[in-house]
Amino acid sequence: MTAIDPTAHLTAEQIEELGRELDAIRDEVIAGRGEKDAAYIRKVISAQRKLELVSRGVLLFSIFPPAWLLGTAGLSVAKIMDNMEIGHNVLHGQWDWMRDPKIHSTTWEWDHVSPSDQWKHSHNELHHTYTNVIGKDNDLGYGIMRVDEDQKWHPMHLGQPLWNFINACFFEYGIAAYDLELGKNLSKRRRKNPEFRARAKAVGRKIRKQVLKDYVIHPLLSGPSFLPTLGATFTANLVRNIWSHSVIMCGHFPEGVQVFERRSIKGETRGQWYLRQMMGSANISGSKAMHFMTGNLSHQIEHHLFPDLPSNRYAEVAVKVRALFEKYELEYVTGPLPKQVFSAWRKVFRLSLPNKKPGVRTPDRERELVAA
Amino acid sequence: MVTTPLLPSDYLDLVSPLRAGADLRGRIEAVHPETDDAATIVIRPGRGWRGHTAGQYVRIGVDVDGVRLWRAYSLTSPTHRRDGRVTITVKAIPDGKVSNHLVRRARPGTLIQLDQPTGDFVLPPAKPAKVLYLTAGSGITPVMGMLRDTRFDDVVMVHCAPRPQDVIFRDELHGLVGEKKLRLTEVHTDTDGMLDIARLDELVPDWTERETWACGPAGLLDAAEKQWSEYGVPERLHTERFRPSVVVAGDGGEVTFSATGRTAAADGATPLLDVGEEAGVLMPSGCRMGICFGCITPLKSGAVRDLRTGEITEAEPGVLIQTCVSAAAGPCDIER
Repeated sequence: MTAIDPTAHLTAEQIEELGRELDAIRDEVIAGRGEKDAAYIRKVISAQRKLELVSRGVLLFSIFPPAWLLGTAGLSVAKIMDNMEIGHNVLHGQWDWMRDPKIHSTTWEWDHVSPSDQWKHSHNELHHTYTNVIGKDNDLGYGIMRVDEDQKWHPMHLGQPLWNFINACFFEYGIAAYDLELGKNLSKRRRKNPEFRARAKAVGRKIRKQVLKDYVIHPLLSGPSFLPTLGATFTANLVRNIWSHSVIMCGHFPEGVQVFERRSIKGETRGQWYLRQMMGSANISGSKAMHFMTGNLSHQIEHHLFPDLPSNRYAEVAVKVRALFEKYELEYVTGPLPKQVFSAWRKVFRLSLPNKKPGVRTPDRERELVAA
Repeated sequence: MVTTPLLPSDYLDLVSPLRAGADLRGRIEAVHPETDDAATIVIRPGRGWRGHTAGQYVRIGVDVDGVRLWRAYSLTSPTHRRDGRVTITVKAIPDGKVSNHLVRRARPGTLIQLDQPTGDFVLPPAKPAKVLYLTAGSGITPVMGMLRDTRFDDVVMVHCAPRPQDVIFRDELHGLVGEKKLRLTEVHTDTDGMLDIARLDELVPDWTERETWACGPAGLLDAAEKQWSEYGVPERLHTERFRPSVVVAGDGGEVTFSATGRTAAADGATPLLDVGEEAGVLMPSGCRMGICFGCITPLKSGAVRDLRTGEITEAEPGVLIQTCVSAAAGPCDIER
């Protein structure tokens, strides 16, 4: 639906062929899934738990500044690992094939204020099925921002750089509200809906537990280090929130990512669905450590094509997927984290204002200048 | 509260998976080959192990190629081994994922999942005067647990195996024979042919007077049950049947929704989600294309085919399937 459709050169047959080629990549990974992959996720989970234990242990002495720094850094990393490489991916069912009830999408609960079952619904089901479809995929600006020219402008959008910043700092609460569809459900009539009330209660319970753990129990356990520990856990949550917000913003907001109209997905074929995922997602390039810390969401394109493949396989899948992008002459949107974050933020700022001319999008030349 | 959303046990498991209060697990400590295709696995069970009675079996969960699979094996160790270890003896069956893994690839140090021992193929509290053990193939395993556990004055064993070298525990059995603790008849079916129960008289003339424990293939046990009934002594016969789940994967079949008690005929191409909804069963659903895992449901029996890859999944305890991309591959039971 963009002014210049970057997939216009593909015939219907080519799109279906592309779909078959992607299916073949998926089948190959599934056939090769095994002991090594299982060992990988177990190792990551065990490392995360040990890091969290040690960090919280160090924070008991956080009255000493070096202990504070070390413990806060460790806890931040542990929380990022829990949310990104472990939580997000386990909740996608990526490790369900192991049949280990402890590492399973139906039993996993994460260190996050949004209960996993609510997140699974809004993320796995709505966002992943309707990726970048305006009006269907609320991840497109999380319902509080305008991130594409084709979204209607409203004076409220003037404040979106500020909302986005606040959202980044308290991202886990933002997600909990988002999973609850709070905006939509706050009307008098909807508020009373028993189903909504039950879900809101569940979020309340989860928040209470999380807050009690991070801001009451652990500081209390630290005795004289009460305040430093409180500050440390707050900082770790802040770091985790800003980090995950940044990574996630890079998934669909950078320049070059396409959005779609509701009617464009009517009767969509498998090939067309794949193509929409390809054009609607963006990657982050970088080192192995970068991929790990982003929960492999740096391979957002591959993740959107195959949300249920184990995350440790996205790197090898990416090579093949990228080759397909080249073969079919499509733009593989990727770049280092700072560039992608800048690009996404730039869009947030630009689209806080109405379009300069209705229907006219940023010219490609200008995009290249930004990239350069 | 200290560890939310995890439990303290999630952390304790990292250091002490076999401790009291943990989910029951065991550690493989040794693997001793018995024959070309059978091995005894020595397991140190966790502190929660309640102990077994001779003749019982245990379900174990083993990770094979990263996938946890559960199987039941008879315990072959006596009930009160000094070192607290237990053993199972496994015969590798053709295409048996778990049995081949245990016999050929299992390594000491590996953690496995355990259930508490169970089964009523056990010795009675009161000692019988005369005992007959009638076994074939790996059917000898529960009986070996009994033989090692309790000594009787008058024990006869008839055991069938294809060839002498296929007899599991052969040296130990012959040792017992040498000590006059056991009278043993080996039937080598490759040369002697199958054991004809009707002619058991020739091997054990007083079999009707003996308390008998029989374990082996269904054919042997069926014949034994018939014979013992015909002679009016069915209460003397105790049998144990191994039930390898033989699922013949076909194309479609009758689907039972066991929670609601409904059934429906399904072809091999229609997702079970649609089949259930058509039949008026309230099915959880989501993306309807296999990505969101919002529809996963326990598969209680039978087999299903993944419509994307053609892969067959057979029912096992704990197996969940995505109903939106799975079709019936034969009759199956879905817990909805």
